[in-house]
Amino acid sequence: MRPFDLLRFALQAAAGSPLRTGLMALAMAIGVAAVVVLTALGDGARRYVVDEFNALGSNLVIVLPGRTETGGIGIGTLSTSTVRDLTLRDAAALLRADGVVRIAPLVVGDAEVSSGGRLRSSFVVGTTSDFARVRRLEMAQGRFLPDEGLERASSWAVIGATIRDELFGARPALGARLRIGDRRFRVIGVMAASGQGLGMNTDELVLIPAASAQAMFNTNTLFRILVEAQDRNALQRVKSQVETVLMARHDGERDVTLLTQDAVVGTFDRILAALTLAVAGIAAISLAVAGILVMNVMLVAVTQRTGEIGLLKALGATPATIRSAFLAEAALLSLAGAAIGLLLGFTGATMLRAAFPELPAYPPSWAVSAGLATSLVTGIGFGVLPARRAARLDPVLALARGL
Amino acid sequence: MSQIELDEVDRIFEIGDTCVHALKSISLAIDAGEYLAVMGPSGSGKSTLLNLLGLLDRPTHGQYRLEGHEVGALPPDQQARVRSERIGFVFQSFHLVPRLSAAENVALPMMLAGIAAGERQRRVAEALAAVGLESRADHRPQQLSGGQRQRVAIARATIMRPAVLLADEPTGNLDRATGTEVTELLEGLNRGGTTLIVVTHDPAIGERARRCLQMEDGAVRADQRR
Repeated sequence: MRPFDLLRFALQAAAGSPLRTGLMALAMAIGVAAVVVLTALGDGARRYVVDEFNALGSNLVIVLPGRTETGGIGIGTLSTSTVRDLTLRDAAALLRADGVVRIAPLVVGDAEVSSGGRLRSSFVVGTTSDFARVRRLEMAQGRFLPDEGLERASSWAVIGATIRDELFGARPALGARLRIGDRRFRVIGVMAASGQGLGMNTDELVLIPAASAQAMFNTNTLFRILVEAQDRNALQRVKSQVETVLMARHDGERDVTLLTQDAVVGTFDRILAALTLAVAGIAAISLAVAGILVMNVMLVAVTQRTGEIGLLKALGATPATIRSAFLAEAALLSLAGAAIGLLLGFTGATMLRAAFPELPAYPPSWAVSAGLATSLVTGIGFGVLPARRAARLDPVLALARGL
Repeated sequence: MSQIELDEVDRIFEIGDTCVHALKSISLAIDAGEYLAVMGPSGSGKSTLLNLLGLLDRPTHGQYRLEGHEVGALPPDQQARVRSERIGFVFQSFHLVPRLSAAENVALPMMLAGIAAGERQRRVAEALAAVGLESRADHRPQQLSGGQRQRVAIARATIMRPAVLLADEPTGNLDRATGTEVTELLEGLNRGGTTLIVVTHDPAIGERARRCLQMEDGAVRADQRR
């Protein structure tokens, strides 16, 4: 039998009993749709968490002054060493280290912020223009702090969305004067509302140049230095570079702590990926159930069509032909079911994304192909038994059944 | 050498712990182009004989040679090929596939044999014309009368130009007039050279056949030629 004829014959046979075909395709469709939607959900959650961490900067090295050892008491902790503060010059030196793309020093303090008679207390962060890119901040209005070098104490301020609302209300904030502590600044930008993230909430921050913040808080030290590496692979190299540079500047003392988010993100990534896999596995069970249903229905079909099988044999069909006819039918049904299931699944995922816009619920491509493959494999796999049974039927007894 | 040669053929069915001798040591030679009626009461073994001749069943003992080749013990795949190329079946209850049109039913043996669609179409048209049903090609079996159905079945049985046509009570489900029409159609094919073997209860057909085999209890009781 020619492959095209085989497919057409199987198609006609499937179309010959629409209810049976429909139910079987539906079972398959539900299985595939479940795989697609559940993996979309799982992978969406994973991406959400990873994206949140990436927003913090997964290729960031955070430099803290002082050394925190978790290794218990060693020679290092017993020797008395003065902890040197991080300075803007340290930060400038780090910029020259290999693999470092940009840095952002942080000077942090609390100050009273006022404008037009309204006053509130706020976190004030002194930093540089690169902070926006290191933290991937988006601006709602105006621009971020200009690139003026590390040492310049200019009077520009960038404020968060909440600060803007509370201090300015309906008044235009851009270009307005702002008093922070005992100094006067001019608002040059408003950050886009970021909502509740995993990091600090930028909506309630006031950002000013680092040197201005140091002058305001009367200090010459830094709270942190954020160092951005080229990519995640460069992190280790950057870490050791940062350590070397700072040791050289601090008279050979290792008096800084380096943190990376990489390890945390990696763990979350793995946990959630495993979770997605588990969910996919559970969904795959429904596919297996669908496969068993396919077997059941095909077995019934073999019984119903016994007479036809006998006839085909009398007309010269080999057992192999009969086997492939039934397998082709099972495969077609599975394929149709899988196609409907994909449609349902993608619709479901789209609805999920519409309902929860912050959740990137896109079904991963591996899950889609695995779902398709599983449905085909189960359909054909569970189709083998009925097909073999059909091929083995005794033609005399089969013919006696009539059509 | 005859076209069909049965040599001491036994067919024993084991039902539970009893053995039923459906055919008892049958030896038979049928020449090409013969018109043979197999008659006898129910359970006399005539259907078993026909199934055996059509390679739907295998002899328990003995040999079955078709055109000089031993075919009774061939593996299923090769028997299927012999059925496809050399043997045509006509059944009492027509055995048309209900979801297929008349033309598709007729084309079925060619489709199973892997013949290209173009040639199938041409031959189906010829075969339907030969049984006078060219206008019914697209009808489904339910839309045809009994006589028309059996004529479609005959077109199907002859589409592969078999050497032997086996008919099991071909007129059993038809009224006398249509039955006679169908019989004449079969006889026409026989005149074209096809060996025609008809199992029947109908003495009228037994009268018309040139050779009549009377069976009883799995054995040939009489073998008359006219």
